[in-house]
Amino acid sequence: MADITATQDGSGANRFLHWIIHHPIWAFVVIVFIFFSVMNEHFFALGNFKNILIQASTLGLIALGMTLVMINGNIDLSVGAVVALAASLTVDIMGWPMFEGWGNWQILPGVLAGLAAGVLLGALNGFIVWKTGVDAFIVTLGAMLGVRGLVFVYTEEQSFFAMNFAYSDFGASSLVGLPTLALIFLVFTALVHILLSRTVHGSNTYAVGDNREAAVNAGIRVGPHMMINFMIVGFFAALAGITLSTQMGASTPNLGTNFELWVITAVVLGGTKLTGGAGSIIGTFGGVLAIQILRNGMNLMQVPAFWVLVILGSILIGVLFLDKQLNRKGAEELRL
Amino acid sequence: MAALVGRLGNGDLKGLIARNGIFIAFVVFMIAFGIGVDRFLTFQNLENVVKTTAIIGVIALGVTVVVLSGNLDLSVGSMLSFGTVMVVDLHDKIGPGAGILVMMIAVLALGAVNGLLIGFLRLNSLIVTLGMLSAIQGLTLIYSGGKNVDIDPSTQDTTWFRVFGRGEIAGVDMPIIIFFALAVVIGMIVAYTPYGRRVYAVGGNPTAAVFSGIRRNRVVFSTYLVSAFCVGIASIILGSRVMGSQNTVGQGYELLVLAGVILGGTSLLGGSGSILKTVIGVLILGFIQNGLLLLGYPFFAQWIVTWVVIILAVWLDVAAKRGRLLSPIA
Repeated sequence: MADITATQDGSGANRFLHWIIHHPIWAFVVIVFIFFSVMNEHFFALGNFKNILIQASTLGLIALGMTLVMINGNIDLSVGAVVALAASLTVDIMGWPMFEGWGNWQILPGVLAGLAAGVLLGALNGFIVWKTGVDAFIVTLGAMLGVRGLVFVYTEEQSFFAMNFAYSDFGASSLVGLPTLALIFLVFTALVHILLSRTVHGSNTYAVGDNREAAVNAGIRVGPHMMINFMIVGFFAALAGITLSTQMGASTPNLGTNFELWVITAVVLGGTKLTGGAGSIIGTFGGVLAIQILRNGMNLMQVPAFWVLVILGSILIGVLFLDKQLNRKGAEELRL
Repeated sequence: MAALVGRLGNGDLKGLIARNGIFIAFVVFMIAFGIGVDRFLTFQNLENVVKTTAIIGVIALGVTVVVLSGNLDLSVGSMLSFGTVMVVDLHDKIGPGAGILVMMIAVLALGAVNGLLIGFLRLNSLIVTLGMLSAIQGLTLIYSGGKNVDIDPSTQDTTWFRVFGRGEIAGVDMPIIIFFALAVVIGMIVAYTPYGRRVYAVGGNPTAAVFSGIRRNRVVFSTYLVSAFCVGIASIILGSRVMGSQNTVGQGYELLVLAGVILGGTSLLGGSGSILKTVIGVLILGFIQNGLLLLGYPFFAQWIVTWVVIILAVWLDVAAKRGRLLSPIA
């Protein structure tokens, strides 16, 4: 947030205006940040900021991958179920007797299995979208039910507990003064930002979302491209499931319920278009922060959790409305 | 387009199968389960399945109308929680009749908000109803203070409110009668009235619809009222059957409902599909669940099977339309 004000003070007041019009969510983030700082004495504290980042990391990680998929013009509704699957697999497998003698290394096969499951399910979603041509909404809606079914069948509706405490210690650990989970989130945010804004894959992501036919004609292999993005979101959903379960030292089969809705909310708040072709990681990061600052601040002000749901829903619709007003093409748009 | 069953006699067997794949699948499916599973094709069992499917079915009728006009409604699950909590809570406070009336008005008002935002302000239906999903869940919790509600146990067996969920006419359970009656009424309206044709037109080609003088905004607005009305009816059935309600009773219904609608063959793009197809789609989901349970599989195995069935159904539909099995995407 510091660099925003810096640019404003500098030469580019116009550039700042331009930037904020393209990322209106950051204006909102600053407003709620100032609001809660003034209204609540406990909000403006380093410990609380760390808290916000940890809480934001779960939704945030998934939102990074979701941004790519949504810029492609697709969507992934199965992320919440993948969160539960990865968490359950990881916590269960690291407790298998065959890894008993491995010490803390017993966590590794669990984590690898969890991440692999996420990537594989993403690949499956992407492959089906590619080969069948069925809309991603339907494919991942099916996967959302099916993967959740897999979780319930696999776990027999039981929670798993991590017997190796190094696992939950990791969730509570810090690195270079930052909570490790927050650090993981920030590093991946930077990586995906670079992927999207500085690489060929990134520019292809926009091209495919903007005009799929044109992308095909331009020689982009659209099918595999979309599949890779589904694998990325699957990876992040699995990673989020694992980091979430390190925070609890356990996994439950209901983990991640409704996450897809929260993640999509964050990504749309961040300015990514449902129709594809537009969006950015900076926007998504702002969307995730906005949601988490609101949740955290309202929690500190002891607003009942119920109201948070109403306010978030209203904000989502409000942002959609504002976005439509601001981006209206004017007279050239046919008013039907 | 609105034909309930594809026109016979145009000689094109492949097209016939493509148009009516869901009916054929349904028959094959029923025969297979009937042979494979004892007790499956008994009246008792069939009645049971239809009864448990009725709530999802009633909601799916309204959602089908919304989808036919080219939009989505993801708020129905939360709205079901809201309606059920409200009708159960008001039962003891102002009586069942007034309670139903107030609840229906409240639910229709929520539908009207959806309709205003999507119909008149032309906002994206997925995001608006996603926002409403969250907002209505919050409203439900605020209304109930987070507590579960129930009808005074001493009146549960005497109140006439019990008829909607537990009553029967001529041996047929009331939820089934309500479901089929509503399906016939909405099915007729959609298939045979000018209003129904406007819904198809708006979903099929909005621009052409507007140029033919259809008031698109009003049509879209009205579909959300239909959807909300159906959710209200489902709330009455659910509240009456359980005689109580949790705040999250409808969570996840929006996607199960949508699964039924899609499975029936109604296109999410709008303009193609029918109420009858949705009824069949929802029933297939119910029979899959029942058949797997009878075979001894765990309850949630049905979701895995539903996953496969939905994708196969839509894939075949898409493939039949483009004339080739695989997508031409490189």
